[in-house]
Amino acid sequence: MSRSIKKGPYIDKDLLKKVKALNYRNEKKVVKTWARSSTIVPEMVGHTLAIHNGHRHVPIYISEQMVGHKLGEFAMTRYFRGHAGSEKRTKLK
Amino acid sequence: MARIAGVDLPRDKRVEVALTYIFGIGHSSARQIVAMANINADTRVKNLTEEEISRLREVIEKNFKVEGYLRREIAQNIKRLIEISSYRGIRHRRGLPARGQRTRTNSRTRKGPKRAIGIRKRR
Repeated sequence: MSRSIKKGPYIDKDLLKKVKALNYRNEKKVVKTWARSSTIVPEMVGHTLAIHNGHRHVPIYISEQMVGHKLGEFAMTRYFRGHAGSEKRTKLK
Repeated sequence: MARIAGVDLPRDKRVEVALTYIFGIGHSSARQIVAMANINADTRVKNLTEEEISRLREVIEKNFKVEGYLRREIAQNIKRLIEISSYRGIRHRRGLPARGQRTRTNSRTRKGPKRAIGIRKRR
């Protein structure tokens, strides 16, 4: 089920505050965040956010096209090294 | 000879059904189109007058995304997902289901025909 429109998109307040502060001071710093479920808003465009994937913070550069998606969509939580005994073990980034 | 939105010309069928031969038009939009063009849904395509056909054409052109245009839009959406390397984009890139379906079994539509993965003998 999709989120009720009445509530508006979910944006992590803390993260938004930090990003806005960076925008205000015209700075670019990597912001660490655990808020994978937060929607990407236009304010975040151009910043690099380090999104937690359960293991580490993956730095992701936010581009304009990403607006409207969730942060978690860009930091993969699974790391596939190939099946056991398989010769061609592929590495997923 | 009813040619609407490119190359589609089904004959002998009721208009309502014949319209679904166009990519992007299913049963419900076909019914809408027929109503908007003020045509009896039970008339066969071969019995349509030229004027009725042009009315259908107009309704479709104005209100529906159809055929090449629709296909292009879908391809663009997928390309966008791939470019921003979102989870869905990566699933498209690898030819796996993108909406959280299981892949332990099934999902043969996306993965294609079965490829045998034999038990490799240890030496």
